[in-house]
Formats: sequence, C-alpha cells, structure tokens
Amino acid sequence: MSEMYVLRVNGDEHGVADAWLGESLLYVLRERLGFPGAKAGCEQGECGSCSVFVDTTLVCACLVLAAAAVDSEITTLEGLQPGERGAVTDVQRAFVETGAVQCGFCTPGLIMAVHALLDADPEPTDLAVREAISGNLCRCTGYGRILEAVEVAVDARRGAVG
Amino acid sequence: MPVIVPESVESALAALAAFPDATVLAGGTDLMVEVNDGRRSLARVVAVGRVPELADIRVDDATVVIGAATTFARLELDPVARLVPALALAARTVGSPQIRNAATIGGNLATASPAGDALPVLVALGASVEIAGMYGRRLIPIAEFFTGPKRSVLEVGDLVVAVRVPIRRGPQDYLKVGVRNAMVIAVASLAIAVDLDRQRVGIGLGSVGPTALDAPEACSWVAARARWRGDGVEVTDDDVVEFGERVTDAARPIDDHRGTAQYRRHAVGVMARRALRRCTG
Repeated sequence: MSEMYVLRVNGDEHGVADAWLGESLLYVLRERLGFPGAKAGCEQGECGSCSVFVDTTLVCACLVLAAAAVDSEITTLEGLQPGERGAVTDVQRAFVETGAVQCGFCTPGLIMAVHALLDADPEPTDLAVREAISGNLCRCTGYGRILEAVEVAVDARRGAVG
Repeated sequence: MPVIVPESVESALAALAAFPDATVLAGGTDLMVEVNDGRRSLARVVAVGRVPELADIRVDDATVVIGAATTFARLELDPVARLVPALALAARTVGSPQIRNAATIGGNLATASPAGDALPVLVALGASVEIAGMYGRRLIPIAEFFTGPKRSVLEVGDLVVAVRVPIRRGPQDYLKVGVRNAMVIAVASLAIAVDLDRQRVGIGLGSVGPTALDAPEACSWVAARARWRGDGVEVTDDDVVEFGERVTDAARPIDDHRGTAQYRRHAVGVMARRALRRCTG
C-alpha cells in the first residue's frame, strides 16, 4: 500500500506513508507516529494494554485497522495528559497515590479504561468498576490497589465537583 | 484505494463486486487477530462500519431488525434491542468492554464460530439473516445459515445486512461456561426462549457442535409436558431432569484445547436444567 493516509491523533494530524495495509492502529501509533503510551501486549484483544479512544469509544488499538481509522478522532494516553509535559490526570495521580502500579505495563490501558468508566459513570458500583476493567489484565498487583485507585479517583472528582 | 469505506449497502456491494479479493471489515475483533498473527493477509478492505443502514435497529411487525454493524455494547443497553432479553444478556458476556465496543452482531454471524455468543440466542428464537449480494437480497433462516465451523452460506460478494429476531412474550436466558466471567470464549453456552403465546420453548447451544445447534426434540417434548398459563409456564422437577438429558442428546461436542466432549455434555445438561428452572415456576 503506497498511498499515504492521515490519522488524527490527540488533536493533531499525522501522515502515515509507506504503510502495509494490515497494520494495526497500535503498530502505527507506536512504531510510525511515536506514541508509545499504548502498549503492545497480546495483540489479540485479550490484555487491554493497548486501550485507546476512537471517537471517544474505548477500544483495543491492536484490533483497529489503522488505515480504516482515517476519519476518526484518536486519543491515546498522551492525549489525556493536561498541560505541560510531566503533568498527570486525576486517575493517574490516584494510581500513584495508592501504589496501583508495579511493573507498569498494564497501567496505561487501565488508566484509559478508568477514564472511560468515570466519564460515563462518575459514581460506579464495585461491580461496575470490576466489569469496566475486566478487559485489562494485570499480572502484578492482584487488582486490589487498582480498585482502591478507582475509589480514590471517584472521591477526588466528587470533591472537585462538590 | 486499498481501504474502501462505503456509505451505503449498494456502494459496499459495488466494491465487493469490483474487487473479489476484498475482505469485509466490521468491528475487526476477529479479523485483526488473524492479521496480527500473520494468518491472514489483506489485499483490499471494505470497511462497513459507516453504512447507516447497517447501524440501524428498528421494530418491524413483532420483529427486531438489528443492523449488521450493531455493536454488542449497543445490544447490551439499547431499549429496542432489549426487546430480546437473551440477546442483551449474551451481548454482556462478549469479551470485555473494549471488545463489545467494537465487535458487531454481523461479524459474529459472518465469522460463524461455533462459540459466537449471539448465535445460540438467534437459534433459540428462530431468527433470520438478511443478506445482500450481487443478485439482490435474500432472507436465510438461522438454521440454514451455518454450514460448518466458521462456514456459512455467505459467498464472495455477499454482505450480512441485518438479523431479524422475533419478539416473543415470555422469559429468556443465556448461560455461558468458561474459565472466568469476563474475556472468555465459551466452552459451552445455551440460550432459552419461552414463547407464552405459541406455547413453545426454543433452545440454542454454542460451542458443543460444528455450528450453533438447536434441540428441537427436547423443545417440543417439554412444550407438550408443560402446564401453560397465560402469564407463565410450569414443569415438574422430573421433567426438568429429563429435559436436561434430552438437550444433552442434541449436543455434538468434540475434545479441544478448551474442554473435553464429556465436560461439554455435562455442562449442557446443567445449563439446560438451570435455564428451564429459571424460566418456569
């Protein structure tokens, strides 16, 4: 596939040239456009480490055909970060505060999944939280501190609103 | 252009007719696994996700017409789709939120895996599949749609447009056995739909045969044994047990990496009894 196509990532347009037709959005983001936030884990939709938003919908970037995402707004972890370099989101801060990060490989995907959850449901039940992160595998933490981090993020948002 | 993004069924069909080597892309959750793994190469892609007709859900004469590009996330929650409660339940068991946000019911049909989560529900309810092809449109009963594991009557140039699912008054359920609650391919699954108006019971079985299966003998047997009331149906405990055995007889499981035939037969019996108990009383 020699034709160039353009992807809109985190608000900016990026040309993709000389790509192979079968390349996943995950591959193009990481290897061609320099967005390493989405992690390449299983590349079959099982682990959730490559979670991104395509038009505000949480999906596995490994299962999106990059060349078919040309008319979509793609948001990666990098696109969630507010302001200057090094700044973190409220969900990221909650993960750091609770020690929900060990090796860190699953963390970007989990941050995306938790943002998707809290944007849709600011007061999720425990079951809703577990269901929302059911597609994100973490092999270090046992999930306890991740669930705690979600609670902290919910409380922080509640405080910020009220 | 190697990726064609049609905006109507007609232009999708024109693209498929012009390029017989083209691959139809819907949610990508089956296709991209094969592409990433190097098991499938793509010459050209027709991405059907932006065709409005395929994203439509409507009620038409006691039937829910579900566009092929409808995602499982939408089937979980859409008020029209919930007129078929077993389908909403099955949708919730598909993969993870990320998968349900992308995966479509048309893709489930076209992939034709014996483990496809929507398929037992469509069998239990006697749904039909609307296919568009170069010779026009045709409606295929679900019982005739699958021809083998990952095989269906779909031919080159065909596109699944919609699935038509009858609305039935009565309890429905979907049960699925796997190694965990989320992100699991069924080791065995079962859908039940009770039709109080016609005094019928429908069963669909997943992952226990080359395709999704029905169990017509067990269903007509239990419908004849049941005591039908206007607002419900009753069966005896003995009949529940025998129903489990008769549904098990309809299964044709094999041993594979997810489970043995013996385990699957056992699971079908357990699910059939449990499903019938939940829908009666």
